[in-house]
Amino acid sequence: MTTDVTSESAAVGGPASDDADLVLQTWDVTLRFGGLTSLDHVNLQMRRGEILAVIGPNGAGKTSLFNSLTGAYTPQEGKIVFRPKDGGEKSLLGSKPHIVNRLGLARTFQNIRLFSALTALENVKIAAETRLKAGPVSIMLGLPNARKAERLSDERAHRLLKFVGLEDKLNEIAGSLSYGDQRSLEIARALATDPQVLLLDEPAAGTNPTEKLELEQLIRRINTELGVSVLLIEHDMRLVMSVADRVMVLNFGKKIAEGTPSEVQQHPAVIEAYLGSSAEDAAAVQEVIAEHEHESASDTEDGQ
Amino acid sequence: MSAVETSQNLTPSQAAKLRRTAWYRQPRFSRLWAMVALGVLLALVTGEQGNTRDIFYSLETTFTGGGLWVCLALTVGVWVLREFAGDGLKGLAEKAKPGTVAPLAAVRGRFQADKRLRWGLIVLALVLALAIPSMVERYWQTVLVDQIAIFVLLAIGLNVVIGWAGLLDLGFFAFFAVGAYSTAFWTGRLPIEPPVVLNPFWVIPIAVVTCLLTGLLLGAPTLRLRGDYLAIVTLGFHEIIYLVAKNADGVTGGPQGARMIPDFSIDFAGISYKWSIDPLPYWYLLVFFIVIVIILFSRLEHSRVGRAWTAIREDEIAAAANGVDTVRFKLMAFAIGASTSGVAGVVFTSKYGYINPEVFPLLQSILVLAYVIFGGMGSIPGVLIGAAALVWLPEALKDYVDPSDRYMYLGALLVIMMIYRPQGIWPSRRRQRELKLAEQGIGDADAMSEPAGGKF
Ligand SMILES: Nc1ncnc2c1ncn2[C@@H]1O[C@H](COP(=O)(O)OP(=O)(O)OP(=O)(O)O)[C@@H](O)[C@H]1O
Ligand SMILES: [Mg+2]
Repeated sequence: MTTDVTSESAAVGGPASDDADLVLQTWDVTLRFGGLTSLDHVNLQMRRGEILAVIGPNGAGKTSLFNSLTGAYTPQEGKIVFRPKDGGEKSLLGSKPHIVNRLGLARTFQNIRLFSALTALENVKIAAETRLKAGPVSIMLGLPNARKAERLSDERAHRLLKFVGLEDKLNEIAGSLSYGDQRSLEIARALATDPQVLLLDEPAAGTNPTEKLELEQLIRRINTELGVSVLLIEHDMRLVMSVADRVMVLNFGKKIAEGTPSEVQQHPAVIEAYLGSSAEDAAAVQEVIAEHEHESASDTEDGQ
Repeated sequence: MSAVETSQNLTPSQAAKLRRTAWYRQPRFSRLWAMVALGVLLALVTGEQGNTRDIFYSLETTFTGGGLWVCLALTVGVWVLREFAGDGLKGLAEKAKPGTVAPLAAVRGRFQADKRLRWGLIVLALVLALAIPSMVERYWQTVLVDQIAIFVLLAIGLNVVIGWAGLLDLGFFAFFAVGAYSTAFWTGRLPIEPPVVLNPFWVIPIAVVTCLLTGLLLGAPTLRLRGDYLAIVTLGFHEIIYLVAKNADGVTGGPQGARMIPDFSIDFAGISYKWSIDPLPYWYLLVFFIVIVIILFSRLEHSRVGRAWTAIREDEIAAAANGVDTVRFKLMAFAIGASTSGVAGVVFTSKYGYINPEVFPLLQSILVLAYVIFGGMGSIPGVLIGAAALVWLPEALKDYVDPSDRYMYLGALLVIMMIYRPQGIWPSRRRQRELKLAEQGIGDADAMSEPAGGKF
């Protein structure tokens, strides 16, 4: 039943105009844990410079998709390809996480994973420094290139902490920051590795409404000012609908729909998936549908 | 805690029941009996050694001598303090808490904050280290050179592996053996001939490189392991080195080891000096090496390498996801940590003049680890103090207690320390924060376990 919808929905998003335009693409990615299939032939197409949201009920396989893209998990089947800005194609399937990061994919974690005993500044510097070259020998001897690397990473970390609005919390211990600040810090740390694609796993979880608004702004700025493509997992429908260019819906490891926010909202399979899982989410979707009803006409034109 | 405290939140019926209970069955008194038993046990273990001619000799002297009363007074005193003045003391500590800090923590805080004070103290320590040894007896000079300085060097190296990178290494002393046997080899005292015979002084760089390579060799197969598994592998590594040294007669000289290893001498660029049986020149040489190593390593600690090690220790998955090459940095920790053993091994061997496998028992690896933990993992001043204090202790006890009991006191000290001050004497700031966060339930202070949170 759902499979029928899948093949249909692939058409809804429209075929990719050009392969070179796709920064990230997967073919039939399948990930199993014993008897459980947490990703089932997932095809993902992410365009360069877009904000693509991945939504779905709990346990749909969203985090598993991130882990497969970033090398934390190795899917049993499928192909994952990343196309860096300067041309070429890199297969990500089964690469080591730090290699994936070096290629240009940075991520945050659903349950925040900061280096909690270090300061905010040190957290970001650690990430920034992975792009610098200063070996242990030159550091021990205090050679100029080691000093320069230290200065560069310091500057970069300061700049990024300012960018996410943590400039007055530089020397605070990461573990004692507020939830919202920890999420921002994790984003700053990911940005410090100079990514082309940023993967955010539920960045709004546990944040308050003001922080949510700031986060929305932040995601837009990352996308426009830094020119980073954003892949976003989020349960907060309002955030998703307002910030995402396109939305992809997962349910039980399968992609059930893909398209502009308004297309996805009206998709019967999506409504069913949400109604079937949680009345609250479903209500949120319905509400947003009503709100965006009149805007959807123009959105649909953009999408195709 | 005490009976007084608990009786306050008892219901009337419970209180009545407690009043009816015989006085000696109150928890307070069962604790007294425990303390008395502890006192007797203490008297027994610290008392005279037994002998085979009169099997009751030890018991008899313990129960007739004054030691028993001292021990009992001590344990009962602790009981009285805890039961009757415990709340008062706790109140005092609580009252003092907001404004003041514990004296040692205050010193440490000032030391870390005030740059001038720090340099002042460092210079003072250096001056003392250079001046005092010439004033003490020959015996203590030998202890300083053969044990304290050597173990300080080893502890600084192990601190890199366990304190900074968080890799539990139980076989660290094996690198020392590698350094020692390198010296024996390059000075031509092993059954196999070296390409050129060198003076021990020139073996130092070679030994350092050999230890670096051995560190890589050990590191490579263990990179996927963490915590307990890594500990077992490193333990095995030590055993392998020990057994090879003992059994490969044709290469290492077997149980006899190597003898007549020459003293240090330099004859280079107009400088010519020969170290001989006087320990003092060795002491100055070792202080020189220790200072150099501390300077180099503290640069590392506050650089990208030190931060990457901390990141790996705190959360390896997050570190890798942010581009930290965890394999490379772990190998680096193993290799750089091992390098100090090279220096220590060469100086020790050349000073001592001979080595055999029995110089490198597994116990030594465990002791170095104890020194690092006792002093404060991850902090250079900490491991300096830890190694110096714990090496000094058994030597200082030599004249007061039975020689075979010396390490028992060391063990007791370690047990007490780990219960009441697990962070060590002079903990590093990062470590201390980790412990504090762990108390609040955030993060994981235990360097040896998997990072908290299995799910990504
Ligand atoms: N390491 C693992 N071992 C076994 N099963 C796993 C593992 N990781 C994920 N799963 C399973 O895969 C399925 C998808 O999990 P995933 O974490 O990807 O869901 P999610 O969409 O991110 O959900 P949520 O919205 O709750 O974060 C779940 O059934 C989960 O139990
Ligand atoms: Mg998830």
